Amino acid sequence: MLIFQHSVDQRRNPSQSPSESAGEIADISDLPLSCLRDAPPKLPAVSEMQTVRHYTQLSQKNFSIDTQFYPLGSCTMKYNPRACNKYAMLPGLLRKHPLTPAKHNQGTLTCFYELQEMLKDITGMKEVSLSPMAGAQGEFAGVAMIRAYHDARNDDVRSEILVPDAAHGTNPATAVMCGYKAREIPTDKNGDVDLDALRAAVGPQTAGIMLTNPSTLGVFERKIAEIAQIIHEAGGLLYYDGANLNAILGKVRPGDMGFDVIHMNLHKTFSTPHGGGGPGAGPVGVSERLVPYLPVPFVAYDGKSYSVVTEKERPDTIGRLSAHMGNTGVLLRAYIYARLLGADGMIRVADYATLNANYMMTRLKEKGFDMAYPERRATHEFILTLKKQAKELGVTAMDIAKRLLDYGFHAPTTYFPLLVPECFLIEPTETESQYELDAFIEAMAEILQECHRDAEMVKASPHTLPVRRLDDVRAARQLDLVWKQST
Amino acid sequence: MSDIPTQIKYTKSHEWVETLEDGNVRIGITDHAQDLLGDMVFVELPEVGDEISAGEECAVVESVKAASDVYSPLSGEVTAVNETVAEAPETVNQSPYENGWLFELKPSVNTEFDDLLDADTYNKLAEEDSH
Amino acid sequence: MPFIPHTETETKAMLDAIGVDSIEQLFDEIPSELRVDKLSKMPAALSEMEVARLMSERAEQDAHLQCFIGAGSYEHHIPAAVWEITTRGEFYSAYTPYQAEASQGTLQLLYEYQTMMAEIMAMDVSNASLYDGGSALAEAVLMAVRSQRKKTTKRILMPRAVNPNYRRTVRSIVSSQNIELIELDYDKKSGRIIIDDDMANDVSALIIPQPNFFGVIEDVDTLTDWAHENNMLVIGVVNPIAMQLLKAPGQWGSNGADIVCGEGQPLGAPLSSGGPYFGFMCCNQKFVRQMPGRIIGRTVDVEGKQGFSLTLQAREQHIRRSKATSNICTNQGLMVTAATIHMSLLGADGLARVAASCHKNTVTLVSQATQISGVSAAFNGPCFHESVLYLNRPAAEVLEELTEHGILGGYDLSQDYPELSNAIVVCVTETKTEADIIAYSTAMQSVMHDLPIASNDQ
Repeated sequence: MLIFQHSVDQRRNPSQSPSESAGEIADISDLPLSCLRDAPPKLPAVSEMQTVRHYTQLSQKNFSIDTQFYPLGSCTMKYNPRACNKYAMLPGLLRKHPLTPAKHNQGTLTCFYELQEMLKDITGMKEVSLSPMAGAQGEFAGVAMIRAYHDARNDDVRSEILVPDAAHGTNPATAVMCGYKAREIPTDKNGDVDLDALRAAVGPQTAGIMLTNPSTLGVFERKIAEIAQIIHEAGGLLYYDGANLNAILGKVRPGDMGFDVIHMNLHKTFSTPHGGGGPGAGPVGVSERLVPYLPVPFVAYDGKSYSVVTEKERPDTIGRLSAHMGNTGVLLRAYIYARLLGADGMIRVADYATLNANYMMTRLKEKGFDMAYPERRATHEFILTLKKQAKELGVTAMDIAKRLLDYGFHAPTTYFPLLVPECFLIEPTETESQYELDAFIEAMAEILQECHRDAEMVKASPHTLPVRRLDDVRAARQLDLVWKQST
Repeated sequence: MSDIPTQIKYTKSHEWVETLEDGNVRIGITDHAQDLLGDMVFVELPEVGDEISAGEECAVVESVKAASDVYSPLSGEVTAVNETVAEAPETVNQSPYENGWLFELKPSVNTEFDDLLDADTYNKLAEEDSH
Repeated sequence: MPFIPHTETETKAMLDAIGVDSIEQLFDEIPSELRVDKLSKMPAALSEMEVARLMSERAEQDAHLQCFIGAGSYEHHIPAAVWEITTRGEFYSAYTPYQAEASQGTLQLLYEYQTMMAEIMAMDVSNASLYDGGSALAEAVLMAVRSQRKKTTKRILMPRAVNPNYRRTVRSIVSSQNIELIELDYDKKSGRIIIDDDMANDVSALIIPQPNFFGVIEDVDTLTDWAHENNMLVIGVVNPIAMQLLKAPGQWGSNGADIVCGEGQPLGAPLSSGGPYFGFMCCNQKFVRQMPGRIIGRTVDVEGKQGFSLTLQAREQHIRRSKATSNICTNQGLMVTAATIHMSLLGADGLARVAASCHKNTVTLVSQATQISGVSAAFNGPCFHESVLYLNRPAAEVLEELTEHGILGGYDLSQDYPELSNAIVVCVTETKTEADIIAYSTAMQSVMHDLPIASNDQ
């Protein structure tokens, strides 16, 4: 049932209304009639308890990290510590207006400044701005800075951003938003960037390259130093997509690999909640030459007090990506997470994320599954390909993903990256125990047996969830995006 | 194995071209292409009167899992568009060569016909594509 | 080890299974010359108890100030149930609902959200949210340009009465796409947008703020009809609380606005130093395929049972890559969860009462403050819940002095409008009592009395 179907005219929650004038609505008779609406919007009229019950029941239809193992590759679905939420939601922090003068907001600014400093240490970059509100905005900020750099040098023939064919879809979309053409670079059979193809593609038109390392193929790009050299010699800059930072915390730093600009996904590496699709946070870090272009606002410290740096102090900035400093509440959660882990805890994240991924890869191989890159080490994630099963048994990666839901596991990422057929991208994260990993591995083995015994049953899964497979074609052809009383 | 009629011409990007009696051409996407894309949910067409050149993106066919640009095989002025596919995109799946045509052109560069593929050549291409 | 469950025995067993001696060996594909072995500037770990104390201290700094600033972020009462339910693990720690069968809770909630927003705005459809008001306006500009492909130029009329930070955001985001952003001035008496037929040629869209940054209610009917007569689209950027009382964008002028966006923060999100908030976006049906961001549709499963899923995904970056409508790949899911619960708890009746109370409080404060010598109302246009006050003392100093009285007295407009050198925009929401308003006027009186008259006002 929809909340609207619980609605009864004239039901209200008086305790949630301002209490003046004995139940009367406040006087607005000074406003001209011509600017007023003729009827109130048809929002649900329900009691507080109906609301609480309805949305609690809806929540119970979701899979989540708090209730299920969630090995979603490239998404880093690790435990979101409750302390990060509780202490980011202290009333004193929530009541702060974004336009409060810095002098009267030192407590919050201290947290942001310290977070900037920690991110500089982890990434090896010169300066950090926290303002981008998601990975995609971090990417935008990064490529916009590359553009600003070339523009400032009157180097206006650079028209292309290179993107590996395995890249996340946001990379080419971002390049285009920044006025560049995206040009794809192929991957060699071991999962590294094809260097010959790269050499052939670079030239005076190359503005830069967007790379993820470890790559979206679940392997470390071993030739990164050579790639950096090729791009820099052509006059281009290197952009680091921080989607997979969890794998290398304290092991290797993007700044040392030769990257000029990087974005981080705090909702991955710093365990801020995914919230059913946001809010995230995508801070950016830059090398020396891009410092003037960093997006504003960010926080500066002069040894005595913290201040907010804006367009006024940084006239060459690429500007602002939101009205204020981005998803500040998310930044506070990331800050608390970093303080709880400390330096040693951060390094252990990479250790155990990598251990878990390699353990799962080994055990799944033993169970008869094929790996996309069997000769390579897994990083914090790895790719399994179900091409053989699809061909022999007629069961696709999507079918097995849906069957995993019946076993109480969220499915891994399916069909990404696009260049591996029938793939699962599996990322267990460091917060899962061997016991959980083993249970998932056994479920995968059992489903493989089911595919042999009764492929039709697997293809018809899930069987135990609130709904069976949905008709996406109907959803797109007969668009039903808002509820209407009559239907 | 997809259906590839022999009396019409093709492009590498999976469009077909049929010359009409009045000299105008009718353009659509091949059976092979509709099969790769899956159930169509939306078709965006050019407007009558648009001047387009060969190789230009002039329509979009969209399924649940993919959206694909349609490139005009020839240069010319758009003389008609198929409103049926705009209202019922599934027509492209059901009848790619007949009721599911997309638009018609008055061709302006005759030499461009030489670049089109015959059915045999396209058939080989489509087969390679399926492997 | 914080949040890592492994015992030494388990770690050993896992390494044995892989066939390596140490975890370190798993990193042997990283070139050794690039390796680091420590983080030198990261502090050591704190316990949860230590973190609790640290954060409490930081939160308490400056926590006593009463907020009379609006300017895009508004302090409203948020029912206790809103964040109690929103932070349930099943909402809080779920991913984007790609696996629809395992995400029906989030998906249904988003469909309900889309319905509520479309209803408030009187528009056909809504998306599942964007990042914030400023970036939503930037996306609306891009969407309008895409929808007006027949235009030979890409020009947008962006009035100066639009939130200055939104205008900055729009500029940053659309700067590489050859879009010309043309400013429209405001009338110095009424505070309303001035339209000019000379500027109407070959323009893609007009942005109409309601209320505008000065709190003034625009004549949206005239503006909308003028834009449509000149073949522009109308982008409304509106406050959702104001829309409980003011004419909905779908009913502006003869044909209504085409795209509506704005800041969703007043619907259940705390001020929180500026985020996370959420941007909303609604449009007419005919533009739905140009709309960026996630959209949820209602459909049926294989047994004919109602269900919800992400739809129109072929517009998005994970399928369309470089040809996507935007690079956005999230919404602000959790904030929308809060907003949906918030709207459900208050209902149309509760939200209208909140809106009316904000308006009445603002009118009360303005009438008290303008009794003070040297304080006057800047504009004569009707206002909603913000108003511009002229001071004959330096605005920055007045505001700083007011903080000594425990009051954040408003936003200094001189930073963005040099011609409004001693003007502040003040906001009074339903959270302020009569006593709070009197305290403001009293403090203002005393501050104005103590400060010398501004040099440019003598």
